[in-house]
Amino acid sequence: MINLVLRRLAQMLLIMASVSLLLFALFDSDAFREKAAVAELGGFGIATLSDSDYHAWLEKKGLDQPFLKRYGRWLGSLVHGDLGQSVEKDLPVATLLGESLAHSAVLAALVLLFMVPVSLTLGVLAGMKEGSTLDRIISVAAVVTTSIPQIATAVLLTVVLALGLGWVPTKSAMTDGWSLRELVLPVLTLLLYEVGYLVRMTRAAMIDVMASEYIRTAVLKGLPRRRVILKHALRNALIVPVTLVCLELNGLLSQVVVVEVFFQYEGFGRMLFDAANFGDIQVLEAATLVAIAVAVASQLLSDSAYALLNPRIRFGRA
Amino acid sequence: MSARVAALVLIIWLPLAAYVMLRPALGALGPYVLLPAIPAVIALYALAVRRWRGSAIAIVGVSLVCFWLLMAAAAPYLPLIDPDKPLAPFVAPGGTAHGTFFLLGSDMRGRDVLSRTIWGCQRVLVWGISATAAAYAVGIGLGLIGGYLGGWWDELVSFAGNVFLSFPVMVLYILVLNFLGQSGFNIIIAVTCSSAPVIMRIVRGLALDARSRGYVHAAQTRGEHPFWIMLVEILPNVRGPVIVDACLRLGYTTVAITTLTFLGLGLQPPDPDWGLMIKEASTAALLWKYSYMLIVPALAVSSLILGFNLIADGLRESSARE
Repeated sequence: MINLVLRRLAQMLLIMASVSLLLFALFDSDAFREKAAVAELGGFGIATLSDSDYHAWLEKKGLDQPFLKRYGRWLGSLVHGDLGQSVEKDLPVATLLGESLAHSAVLAALVLLFMVPVSLTLGVLAGMKEGSTLDRIISVAAVVTTSIPQIATAVLLTVVLALGLGWVPTKSAMTDGWSLRELVLPVLTLLLYEVGYLVRMTRAAMIDVMASEYIRTAVLKGLPRRRVILKHALRNALIVPVTLVCLELNGLLSQVVVVEVFFQYEGFGRMLFDAANFGDIQVLEAATLVAIAVAVASQLLSDSAYALLNPRIRFGRA
Repeated sequence: MSARVAALVLIIWLPLAAYVMLRPALGALGPYVLLPAIPAVIALYALAVRRWRGSAIAIVGVSLVCFWLLMAAAAPYLPLIDPDKPLAPFVAPGGTAHGTFFLLGSDMRGRDVLSRTIWGCQRVLVWGISATAAAYAVGIGLGLIGGYLGGWWDELVSFAGNVFLSFPVMVLYILVLNFLGQSGFNIIIAVTCSSAPVIMRIVRGLALDARSRGYVHAAQTRGEHPFWIMLVEILPNVRGPVIVDACLRLGYTTVAITTLTFLGLGLQPPDPDWGLMIKEASTAALLWKYSYMLIVPALAVSSLILGFNLIADGLRESSARE
C-alpha cells in the first residue's frame, strides 16, 4: 500500500513538473503578456499599447531574456514563495490568495459537512432494495438535481428563497461583516448538485454489493436484514463514495467559480475570474497553480483512501 | 438502425450548423436551409419512440431533446416576434403593450422572452453538439491508439491526458478562452481539451479489453492494417458504453456553454442565448415581479440537460437488460 501511494506521488510530481512548463509557456505567450502590460500600464483606461511602450515594458520586466532562463527564474521565485504582486488590487498575490482560499474553504467545508451524511444515507437507502418505491423517488430526485446546472439552481433558489420568501439576501458579498445568512444560497446551490451526484454513485455501489455472493450467503443463513446491511454490505459499498468525496474537492474548485460570481462571494473562484477579466496575470497564474495543486493532491488523497479502505489492496501485493 | 439514426442526426445538424455558423455567407438561401431538418427531427423522434417503447424515462428524455431540436429547426418559420427587437420593457407574462401580446412577458429592454428562449436553443445545440463531436473525434482517436497500440504510444497518450485532467475544468476553460479569445470555435477547442482526456480513458480501457479478443486476432492474422483494425474492427464493437457517455457529455457541454456565456466568456451578445438571458436579468432585474425573466431560461436549459441525462439512463438500462 505504501508502494502504491509512493508511486502515485512520483507520478504526481512528474505531472506537476509538466504542468508548470505548460503553464509557463502559456503565460509567457504574447496573448497573456500583452494583457498584463495593458493592465499594468493603464488598467481598463487604455485598450491598445504602442509598440515602443510594450518593448520598454518587456525590457523592464526582464522578459526579453531567453526562455529557459526566464523559466528558471520563475521556478526559483515559486520555490521561495514569491508569487508576485497584484496589479488590480495592489497587494501581494500571496496575501490575496490566502484570503480568498480561506473564504472558499468555508464554503467547501459547509458543503462537505451536509453533503456526506445526507447523500450516503440516501444512496444506501435507495440501493438497499433496487426498484422499490423509495429507490424510485430518490433516483428521480437525484437525476433531476444533477440535471439542473448550477447557474439555473442559483437562479431558482434566489427567486424562491430570496425574492419570493425574503428569507435570505440575494447576494453574498459580505459587505456588512460576516453573516451566516448570506452563505445559505451559495451553499445550497453547491449542495443540490453534489448530493444528487454522490447519491447516484452510492446507490450504484450499494446495488453492486447487494447483488454479490457473500450478501446472498448472509441472507440465506438467516441473518437479520438490518445486520446484513450494517455489518456486511455497508463497509464495501462505501469505499467508492468515500474516494469520490475526495475527488469532489477538484470538482468544487470548478463549481465555485459560477456560484461565487453569481452571488458575488469574495472567494477563490471569483478572484480567478476577476483576474482573468482584468488581465491581472500574476494572480491568474498563481491561482491556476494552486487550483492544479489542489486537484492533483485530491486525486492522491482519493487513491490513498481507496488503498486504505480496500482490504484487497491494503493486504495485497501492490 | 444505427446508420439511419446517424443519417438523421447529420440531416439535422448540418443545416443548423450552417444556419448558426455561416448565416452571412448563406445570403438569400438563409431562411430555407433549415427546412430539411424539421422532418428529420420528427423522423428521429418516431424512430426513438418505437425503439424505446418500454422505457418511460428514455421516452421523456427523447421528447425533451427532440422538442428543443424541433424548436431550433423551426424557429424561423414560427409566428414569433423578432427576438432582438426592443418593443416594450417589463411587460408581465400574458400582458399586452403597444398592441403586442407577450405570452412570457418581455425583458428589461423590451424584447419578447418567449421568442428569445426559443431562438436561444439554436446556439446552445449547435455549438454543444459540435464541441462534443470534436471532443469525441480526438478522444476516440487517442484512446484507440493508446489502448490498441500500447507501449510507448500508450504511455505518451495517457500522460498527456493526465496533464490535462489535472486542470479543474472551469480553470481550463478560463485559460483557453483568455488565450485564444472568445468565440464559438474556441469553445469547441476548450471543450475538447477538457473532455477528450476523459473520453480517451474510457475508449482506451475498452480497446485494451478488445485487443485480446478473437475477432481482433483474426483480423491481425488476415494482415489488416492497425488503423483499419482500430476503426473498423474495434470501434463498432465498443460503441455501447461510448454512446451512453456521449449523451451524458452532451449535457455537460450544454452546461459548460450556458455557464461560459453567463460568465461573459463564451458566445457574444446580442444573439439570444440562455446564459446571456440569465446574466442580463440577474444584473438588471433582480426583483420578484421580474423573476419570470430568470426562471424561463433556467427551466429551458435544465429541461434540455435533463433530456440528455434521461436518454443516457434509458440507454444504460436497455443495454443492461440485453
